[in-house]
Amino acid sequence: MTALLVIDGLRVRYETRDVLRALSLEVARGEIVALMGPSGVGKTTALRAVAALQPFDEGRIVVDGFALAPGSVPPESRLVPLRRRVGLVFQGHALFAHLTALDNVTLALRHVLGKTRGEAEAVGERLLTSLDVGTRAGAWPSQLSGGEAQRVAIARALAPDPHLLLMDEPTAALDPARRSTLGTTLRRLCEQGRALLVATHDAEFARANADRVVMLTTA
Amino acid sequence: MLRDSTKCQQTRPVNHSACTLALTLLSLGAQDTTRRVLVWGGDAEGGAPFVEADPSHPSQVRGFDVEVADRIARGLGRHSARFLQVQWSNIDQSVERGDFVLGLSGVEDTPARRARHSVTLPYFEFREVLAVRPEDRDRIHGLADLRGRRVATLGATIAYDLLVSARDSTGLIPVSYDDDVHPYADLVAGRVDAVLLDHIIAQRALRHRGGSGFTILAQPVAIGHYVGVLAHADSLLRDSVDGVLREAMRDGSLEQIFRRWSVWDPSQPVLFDRVLRSSALTRTAPAATHALAYLPSLARAAAVTLLVSLLSMTLAVVVGLALASGRLYGPAWVRALTTIYIEVIRGTPLLLQLFVIYYGLAGVVRLPAFLAAILALGLNYAAYEAEIYRGALEAVPRAQLEAARTLGLSEAQILRLVRGPQALRYALAPMTNDFVALLKDSALVSVITVVELTKQTAIYATNIGSWVVPGILCALVYLAMSLPLARLARRLEHRWGGRAA
Repeated sequence: MTALLVIDGLRVRYETRDVLRALSLEVARGEIVALMGPSGVGKTTALRAVAALQPFDEGRIVVDGFALAPGSVPPESRLVPLRRRVGLVFQGHALFAHLTALDNVTLALRHVLGKTRGEAEAVGERLLTSLDVGTRAGAWPSQLSGGEAQRVAIARALAPDPHLLLMDEPTAALDPARRSTLGTTLRRLCEQGRALLVATHDAEFARANADRVVMLTTA
Repeated sequence: MLRDSTKCQQTRPVNHSACTLALTLLSLGAQDTTRRVLVWGGDAEGGAPFVEADPSHPSQVRGFDVEVADRIARGLGRHSARFLQVQWSNIDQSVERGDFVLGLSGVEDTPARRARHSVTLPYFEFREVLAVRPEDRDRIHGLADLRGRRVATLGATIAYDLLVSARDSTGLIPVSYDDDVHPYADLVAGRVDAVLLDHIIAQRALRHRGGSGFTILAQPVAIGHYVGVLAHADSLLRDSVDGVLREAMRDGSLEQIFRRWSVWDPSQPVLFDRVLRSSALTRTAPAATHALAYLPSLARAAAVTLLVSLLSMTLAVVVGLALASGRLYGPAWVRALTTIYIEVIRGTPLLLQLFVIYYGLAGVVRLPAFLAAILALGLNYAAYEAEIYRGALEAVPRAQLEAARTLGLSEAQILRLVRGPQALRYALAPMTNDFVALLKDSALVSVITVVELTKQTAIYATNIGSWVVPGILCALVYLAMSLPLARLARRLEHRWGGRAA
């Protein structure tokens, strides 16, 4: 089993304080790994470092052969291969407020992958339907419920067909019924050959859905 | 005073002697202010030979109108005359308000003025003369030769009225100025093709240029007279002033004054003779000026205001976007330059910027007034727009930008597809605000000869001698332009606001 994501000895400092130290983990294709630990332990920081939204001070991150080194974040032009491989679902979704659900999903398809509007919309509608929000394609983000917004955000992250999907606290805004549906959805994504790294403090969700749990501690 | 004394007698008969004493003191005080000193108003900006600040005693004024005022004060038995500075175009309003008793300094005799105020008899005859560039002296002999040419003059004068009425018959283009120096400067610079003004002003301008740059046509376009103006209710005092002026014509003191200031010429004794023979000067009936007659020119001026505002705002938006992008995305030197531009423009008066662009740059590039107006307004407002856009761009939540980055959009795409559209929502309300402000600030461009709504209203108000109707009309037109805009902005905001949480 080859690892799609390798994190080795990751250390992130804010000024003089370590927010993350000596984190090492691997995630293979078809695997769901839960990143757990109390609030403020650096779960979100680890995901942001993998998505190259945030610099790190020591260690190494390799995504499907693309390596990130310590130091400042490289310019976007150098990150194109990484952006193709990694999708990130933000806590709170961060859907584009000025675009409909469908336009949120098709934005990267049209402007990064160069698909026509028709092609992009066909892909977008298929994605939204597979996540049970096909009927909400024309809705504005402000009109979506928490669960709907999250699934639209997953659809948006999946649109460029990344191999690695990062999710930050996906259950935070969900009721128990929605949590189990989400679990099923994530399992299906894995079966398509993706790797999932999920930051969560929801132990029950992690136990029920993750193949492995990596615990972060403050010590 | 009379009312007070009656009251005294009726209510306090016992204290009669005290009342009388108080009244005597009061009337002495009143004599001090209103009877012993003649307060007269004029515009020292008009300069010599009318009224100018005395170079050796800058706190004092001198000029033939100053001496005429002194002569009138003496003739009325006053100790002295005190000068009060007032803008030339506001002399009528100020005298009616009671700021001073007598307005002098090249005040023209017009039917409208006679209808509204108490006007003295004419004490000086002037000629409205055309000034043209030397190469045009053989081609231009009168207004009829100026078809399609720009002819400058001072706004709200007989000369301006002459040009406006000649517009339809000869097809010339009247250009109104706020002062009587720049018309000649612009004539020499080639911005206008002729200047129509009083011969005294034309001769002075020619002297200042060392006798070259333009020539004054010998044949006058019209004849006019300078008068003094008093409040409408002061007709008795006016009659006394008329008496003094006749006396001064008879005893030669007026001639001496005019000779001292080198404005005496053969037409003055003819005027004096005419005045002295017809003791009761014919008072011409005011021309019937109906408000409706001004509506077409107001509509035209409103169109100018709207056009200047729309074009300036377009320029402001484009330049503002460039400045904001430079300030947010540019390298250090671009950030520094845009910051300097924004601070300098915001920190100096728009009026100054207008003058610099129109007159200051005239040596380098001779911009037409309309273009200069749009440039000045547009570049000024660009600084404010830039700050609005920068604030709006910075207000877009970071998570939205990061989400766009993780999708693989380039920085330019993020600005165009995510950050810009979202910032527009934040920028809309302050932009509308600025456009309404610009609509009103566009009134300033009249200082560089663009006749827009406020200027046209001022001309209209001066002609009919009242601000009430023109003021209300003008306000209504401004509101008609700004209110729909505010409404549109509210609707757009509401619509876009619905999309965002």
